[in-house]
Amino acid sequence: MPGMEPLHVLREQLVSGALNAVDLTEAVLARVDAVDPELNTYVTVTAEQARQQATQAADAFARGEVHSPLQGIPLAIKDNICTKGARTTCASRILERFVPPYDATVMQRLQAAGAVMIGKANLDEFAMGSSTETSHFGATRNPWGNAEYVPGGSSGGPAAAVSAGLCAAALGSDTGGSIRQPAAMTGVVGLKPTYGRVSRFGLVAFASSLDQIGPLTQDVHDAALLLQVIAGHDPHDSTSGDVPVPDYTAALDRGVEGLKLGVPREYFVAGMNAEVEAAVHAGIDTLCQAGAELVDVSLPHTPYAVATYYILANAEASANLARYDGVRFGFRAAEPADLSDMYMRTRAEGFGAEVKRRIMLGTYVLSSGYYDAYYKKAQQVRTLFRQDFQRAFADCDALLTPVSPTPAFRLGERLDDPLQMYLADIFTIPMNLAGIPALSVPCGLTTDRLPIGLQIAAPPFGEDVLLQVGAAFEATTDFHTLKPDGLPAAREGDRYGL
Amino acid sequence: MTDGRIISEQQVAQVARLARLALDADEQRRLTDQLNAILTYMEQLNEVPTKDVEPTAHVFDLVNVYRADETRRTLTSGAALSNAPETEQHFFVVPRIVE
Repeated sequence: MPGMEPLHVLREQLVSGALNAVDLTEAVLARVDAVDPELNTYVTVTAEQARQQATQAADAFARGEVHSPLQGIPLAIKDNICTKGARTTCASRILERFVPPYDATVMQRLQAAGAVMIGKANLDEFAMGSSTETSHFGATRNPWGNAEYVPGGSSGGPAAAVSAGLCAAALGSDTGGSIRQPAAMTGVVGLKPTYGRVSRFGLVAFASSLDQIGPLTQDVHDAALLLQVIAGHDPHDSTSGDVPVPDYTAALDRGVEGLKLGVPREYFVAGMNAEVEAAVHAGIDTLCQAGAELVDVSLPHTPYAVATYYILANAEASANLARYDGVRFGFRAAEPADLSDMYMRTRAEGFGAEVKRRIMLGTYVLSSGYYDAYYKKAQQVRTLFRQDFQRAFADCDALLTPVSPTPAFRLGERLDDPLQMYLADIFTIPMNLAGIPALSVPCGLTTDRLPIGLQIAAPPFGEDVLLQVGAAFEATTDFHTLKPDGLPAAREGDRYGL
Repeated sequence: MTDGRIISEQQVAQVARLARLALDADEQRRLTDQLNAILTYMEQLNEVPTKDVEPTAHVFDLVNVYRADETRRTLTSGAALSNAPETEQHFFVVPRIVE
């Protein structure tokens, strides 16, 4: 089954005239019609807008204008990124009919680059989850494993859409692993940039000190191209870094000869899935054979990642989600008796179980008498996480670890056990706590043919190093080219090459 | 610490009031069990010595960001009101709060 070509290949075909932008978008929309009823990767398909954007792109190509780097490229956008005029639901009932009156900065940048938005992709409600099962609009299914497994989360919709060829690439958001973990579980590339590398303006806030927007793509080259467009300072986000943006594609051919790559011993623990461990070790060997020097390093606070994160993230979430009160936007409960009743019932009826659990936890750890024991303690441990990484990066240029301790799990398997679900993020959370960038690249399949990811992490603003190592890995492996088996319905819509 | 648990059902009810979340009896019971399991797990942080460790609220040392005090175009009131459940003229409408 021929799948969707990577963004950089489509770009060449569009520029050369071998492919027409309108044909490409029509083919993707047809494929979405055929495949998405089973996978549920999109909350909203913005077909009309996509056709307009594709026509504009095709017209520009016809006039010989080729300078916009994403001109005519069909993308999926996670549905917690505000899109003017296209509803942005956060997969929550409370925002089911919310139509943003403005665009997120990343959307302005994508539009300026000529991109086509196919639709708004599914997520765990308010990006709170690791399986994309808590969406008000139903679970997304992993294109791998006969659609019997979760795609990971919370960016499960964008990841599954890239994996199934329902877009060329996508934007997700990552607060504790929400780009990298679903990328690993669906066999695509996912990049969480440095905190502050990409503007958060227009990203619906979950945990403001941890959230970051980033690309989900078919290969590392595509991640470089997409990051190039969205990275940079934004006056609308005072936490975005005023740091020059390098030419990311220049990093792709550097190889890893002479690089020191750290392998933190705390990331290979008892109880880890054996196939994941073997594939990650094989990936590390591959980079070693490509000329990298391996260094044994220690990140001693790793076992405390989940506890630290769920205190800090939920404390911030409980404050950020206070705005959903039925007054200015979103759902309002019917016929409230008084103002307090309106608040209480709007939130009770508008939020799902996982969001309520997190608001409760966050409110509790911030409440008077418990603040020092939980919130301040977790903030102190966060400092220790930053110090762990600073020490490790004194001895190496980047770190190599697993993304998730297990491959994708079956739908429903962990829904009733929140703690078990949270533990899926243990290897991705530390990078958010420290604010550093990290990349997930496909590094193998289990015997059940479920994808496995290798995580590469670098010091702040070291995205070029991630791309350098990731591209070197792809140069000698073909895991990133593997497509999901099956998807019988896909053949129907699979005709963009014509 | 009633009944040996970290958080009692009464405290859960109080936190729900603070968070403006109406919970039914079932939800309250289930949340009490789940929050106790999660908070018990979080107790492991007590193993980590943090005396004299500065808390991190933000990963980079940011300074205050100033901008020029100039008028700029922003949302019109029509756009700002466009998603409100109930409006009148240029106002959000809420249930009566003063008799």
